[in-house]
Amino acid sequence: MSTIVTEKEIQQLQLTANTIRQTIIRMLMDAGAGHTAGPLGMADIFTALYFHELKHDPKNPSWSERDRVILSNGHICPVRYAAMYHAGYQIQKEELSTFRKIDSRLEGHPAFHRLPGVETSSGPLGEGLSEACGFAFAAKMDHKPHHIWCLASDGEHAEGMTWEAVMLAAKYKLDNLCVIIDRNYIQIDGFTEDVMPLDLGVSLADKYKAFGWNVLEIGGHDFADILGAFEKAKSAKGKPTCIVARTTPGKGVDFMENNYKWHGVPPNKTQAEEALAQLARIEDALRRE
Amino acid sequence: MNFIFADNYLDETKVKMSPMREGAGLGLAELGALHADVIVVGADTLESCRAHHFTEKFPDRTIQVGVAEQNLIGVCAGLAYEGKVPFGITYAPFLIGRAWEPIRTTIAYPSNHVILLASHAGIATGTDGPTHQMTEDIALTACLPGFTVLAPCDHEQARLAVKAAYDLKGPVYIRCAREATPVFTTPETPFVVGKVQILREGTDATVIGHGYMTYRLLQIAEELKELSIEVINVHTIKPLDIETIVASAKKTGKVFVAEDHNIVGGLGSIIASALAEHVPVPVKSHGVYDIFTESGSAKDLWGKYGLDTEGTKKALLDFLQK
Repeated sequence: MSTIVTEKEIQQLQLTANTIRQTIIRMLMDAGAGHTAGPLGMADIFTALYFHELKHDPKNPSWSERDRVILSNGHICPVRYAAMYHAGYQIQKEELSTFRKIDSRLEGHPAFHRLPGVETSSGPLGEGLSEACGFAFAAKMDHKPHHIWCLASDGEHAEGMTWEAVMLAAKYKLDNLCVIIDRNYIQIDGFTEDVMPLDLGVSLADKYKAFGWNVLEIGGHDFADILGAFEKAKSAKGKPTCIVARTTPGKGVDFMENNYKWHGVPPNKTQAEEALAQLARIEDALRRE
Repeated sequence: MNFIFADNYLDETKVKMSPMREGAGLGLAELGALHADVIVVGADTLESCRAHHFTEKFPDRTIQVGVAEQNLIGVCAGLAYEGKVPFGITYAPFLIGRAWEPIRTTIAYPSNHVILLASHAGIATGTDGPTHQMTEDIALTACLPGFTVLAPCDHEQARLAVKAAYDLKGPVYIRCAREATPVFTTPETPFVVGKVQILREGTDATVIGHGYMTYRLLQIAEELKELSIEVINVHTIKPLDIETIVASAKKTGKVFVAEDHNIVGGLGSIIASALAEHVPVPVKSHGVYDIFTESGSAKDLWGKYGLDTEGTKKALLDFLQK
């Protein structure tokens, strides 16, 4: 997998992801509300998308040839907003501190009509994969080569609607569609395997296989792994691809990692300062490499 | 624009009988031939909803999601985000009832131009029973910001409503009944979304209907020759042409609304709240009186629950005598 990306490129992606994590912490602290664990956990995958994989034009977010990113679990939108900001989308630095506040384009859950570059409005869980199927059908009908990347949480796989879409995508061989599942094993009420187990009987990955999908299991913080999986997803024929990405919720901040209590709360000022200090130390270490 | 009636439309032995869903299906096929961006998304009831008129001609623009109404909505939303004009089609209780929150989030909130086309609205569904008789769909769609809600009065108007929906913006709901009902309009009858149709002018009372109930009101106005009854067809429940209704209410001083829908949240309640603001006259809502009915033929249900011509006439006379 190292053939598609050099060590130096990986180091740069790691630094970008670190910057995005710091932005996320600041946004959440300023908002005084929002979700922390998921955005930190998905920072590497968003970085891999927005800074390596996507065919996109930040200055022209409605460019018809762009790859589509459908965020199903809308509550992790701070990571999307931060990634878009750092990738050069038309979001001003001071706008980041308006997240969740009145008149802001940075809604608590993404609003399609307010912020160009957000493909769908989302928030209620389990709906994104169905919409992504609609995007994939449209691309097939129009013979367009762009790819549809749907980002979903593990917890939202308790929603029946998701499995309706899983069946549909396999039936119609939507190989221009890839769902990336943030397998962080937490949700708001606790650990996924306690709230509603997804690995019971067979693992979540094997469930997708049984439904006729091309399935890849990766480490969600390993850029070589992530980018390699993207390549495999794009070259798959006749089947949609599911990437089960094992992530650490709260990644990069030791008192947040793997603690489900950080699913739906923001850091206060003291916690944010400590989180930023930890992330800065990681940044320094990366730069010294 | 003058309303055009079918020949001999009040003669029950001569008026053509056909279900609205049939007209809707034919309109869909016409639209498909005109516009390459029309897509049909179905949930295992396509033929029953008469969408086969489209799907047999345009299989490449047909998506069959199986018995999965929530997914149907999400797929329609995705297509609409990409500029397609999807028609999501199945029975009203499942399309609107089962999938309401996905409709709210993925269609209404982003104002996606998706047309939800339903058969099986109202107790006219008949023998399938209350699970399949949708009497809350107007309440559930009219409350969503930006929705256009259409309730055609017969086969021909359903056909025109489907064709007109293509040119609208944002989400649209079209409700059709399963049962064959009188076709009292013609292909040439004017149809303008957002404008009510005054079918008969009068001064003693305003009677308003949507769907097949409008035909009942025409029959009643004809029978009650001693009264001067103004009959209005409301094929567009939202946005409601309140100006015309207010003008009629000012003239007659009494408004009676008949519909195959729960009186809670139906057209009657929508009109009552609008009139309370503009011209507070007595309003009577006649429909399904906040109950679940039962299995039975449409005819037997109409008779037992007062939605046939006799029952509707009795309700109107009771109201006028108060």
